[in-house]
Amino acid sequence: MLNCLSKRVSEMKKSYKIEVDCASCATKMEDAAKKTPGVKDATVNFVMQKMTVEFEDGADFGAVMKQVLKNCKKVESDCDIEI
Amino acid sequence: MITLRKKQKKMLYRIIIATVLTLLFMLAPIEYGDNEKEIKFVLFLIPYLIIGYDILIKAAKGIGNGQAFDENLLMAIATIGAMILGVTYTGDYEEAVAVMIFYQIGELFQSVAVDMSRTSISKLMEIRPDAAYIEQDGELTEVDPDEVEVGTTIVIRPGERVPIDGIIVEGSSSLNTSALTGESVPRDVTVGEEILSGCINLSGVLKVRTTKEFGESTVSKILDMVENASSRKSQSEAFITKFARYYTPFVVVCAILLATVPAVVLMLTDSDPEFQMWIYRALTFLVISCPCALVISIPLGFFAGLGGASHEGVLIKGSNYLEMMSKVRTVVFDKTGTLTQGVFQVTDVISNEIPRERLIELAAVAESSSPHPIAVSLVRAHGADIDRARVTESEDIPGKGVIAKVDGMTVAVGNRRLMEHLGLQFEDGNTVGTTVHVAIDGKYAGSITISDIIKPESPEAIKELKKAGVHKTVMLTGDMDNVAQKVAKEIGIDEVHSQLLPGDKLEHLERITNESKDGAVAFVGDGINDAPSLVRADIGITMGSIGSDAAIEASDIVIMDDDPRKVAIAMGVSRKSMGIIRQNIVITLVVKFLFLGLSAMGFVDMWFAIIADVGVMIAAVLNSARALRYRHN
Repeated sequence: MLNCLSKRVSEMKKSYKIEVDCASCATKMEDAAKKTPGVKDATVNFVMQKMTVEFEDGADFGAVMKQVLKNCKKVESDCDIEI
Repeated sequence: MITLRKKQKKMLYRIIIATVLTLLFMLAPIEYGDNEKEIKFVLFLIPYLIIGYDILIKAAKGIGNGQAFDENLLMAIATIGAMILGVTYTGDYEEAVAVMIFYQIGELFQSVAVDMSRTSISKLMEIRPDAAYIEQDGELTEVDPDEVEVGTTIVIRPGERVPIDGIIVEGSSSLNTSALTGESVPRDVTVGEEILSGCINLSGVLKVRTTKEFGESTVSKILDMVENASSRKSQSEAFITKFARYYTPFVVVCAILLATVPAVVLMLTDSDPEFQMWIYRALTFLVISCPCALVISIPLGFFAGLGGASHEGVLIKGSNYLEMMSKVRTVVFDKTGTLTQGVFQVTDVISNEIPRERLIELAAVAESSSPHPIAVSLVRAHGADIDRARVTESEDIPGKGVIAKVDGMTVAVGNRRLMEHLGLQFEDGNTVGTTVHVAIDGKYAGSITISDIIKPESPEAIKELKKAGVHKTVMLTGDMDNVAQKVAKEIGIDEVHSQLLPGDKLEHLERITNESKDGAVAFVGDGINDAPSLVRADIGITMGSIGSDAAIEASDIVIMDDDPRKVAIAMGVSRKSMGIIRQNIVITLVVKFLFLGLSAMGFVDMWFAIIADVGVMIAAVLNSARALRYRHN
């Protein structure tokens, strides 16, 4: 029971490779991603250049990530996410 | 060797060109004539735009997106302000260009430093296998490890890395496990043994039947853990994030006040308001407004600490645990498998009626399904393979033992409590060790004494912990009191609690946690049935259980081999990293506020401000990198 629950949680979580040059820009990206509809939680690991996104139930990963990228570009034009 | 990415190279060229041009315009003996200010403005505008165009664009975009107080905007305001002051009053433009150049040097340095620490950590953790090989029609085919299904037989040649966890079905070899355990002595393996991904095959060709998918294999688990470690934020990081949020707006408000209030006051008192001077000081303020040094060096320090620890074979699951580990003052050990090898040997057998071998055999068969170390050693003492079908019924009595039907006989195997429970008379030997009593068909048959062996590293481990500042060491064990006392004395443990049932251990841990007023409590176990204690302790540490998902899941720090000295190493690494991080916080804040004060009073010009700002950032980043190397002796 617990096992299957944790499996479902991990399915809603995906990590993406990102490109961002400064640490405070990474924090900005994190905030922008968190505010995107369909995103439950997001963390940016600046040193590993990785963004981990937890999606809300039934979210369309592709569409949500497109919006995340758009919102991130708004706050930090010099960033990129490999979707 | 430093290799620059394309973006970084471009920035380097921009810095060089802008610097050369600026120096040229500063030093070249040019006759400007009457319009010196204007001509110089146009000349210096060239390097200014070369070095700063992206910042200006970002600043403009930032305004469009309602991103107030973004550091690009602040740098833009500061430098444009300085250029305007140049045109209107001073005729001095070098400063504005220099600020941009230094700012970009700082950014470039930061990005290179981060790249370097990332590479050095991936080198430490260079255990990701690129390919798996499977044999098809007598030929080896390379496949993506991700696509190998459980139960596939893969071939691992000498020099290759084990890509997926599995069991050897053919061949024998020695494995270099140093990437997993930090242990440099190779381990010999042969048919039937389980091997973990991430090890390097040294000598012979191995055929291995995979038992896990690549994503579930040890190597993936470890990499995942290390890569995701810094996403669990520590208090220090939370503090910095909060600080950065307030610092920049605070400085901006101060700058505005600095530009207006003194001038207005001077004007009201009929003095010269000296507008340009106050504006210049305010602009200098803005140059110091970027919290970059803190924002970059703190996570980098944690990251380096986590990397340094993993190099020593200690996996720390997050920076919050690194922080907590540095505060540990009490260490509670589970005895078996942690301080002792957990390899029990039969040292004495007392049998009244049946032959000794027969007694061991019956006890071993009865216990054959139990994972308990004592059961395992009984099975080992018996030597031969056991046909489990001989056991028809089996009842596990927690903390007491097992009652099983073997070959139709009722065999009770357990400690004195089991015998008392059954109401049987028994003889308690005087030997030091764990005594297992055996009763057959309700009649006492004899006893087998088993002793555990203390790990040779244990006494040193306790000594090193004491040296590292641990006040109290405690050992909890389900073992007999005489055994526990002897082990504790030999190792040098302060406090012992013996004859505990699994539930009692948790109770003791809770009591110890409540009693310890200074610092945190760490619990060290082998991950076998002590998960509740691992979770309950401030820091749960497992050792030697790499490959056991449950143990890795329950603990905060995983020691990859079973050397108890690594607990002290984990502590040393965490102390060192936290020290570095604290230094960085203090140095950065002192420098920032010192320069804010000095520039408000007019002692510092923009040159100094930017050099201090970039300088402290570079110093903090270099300092952070020290956490990557931890030497113990």
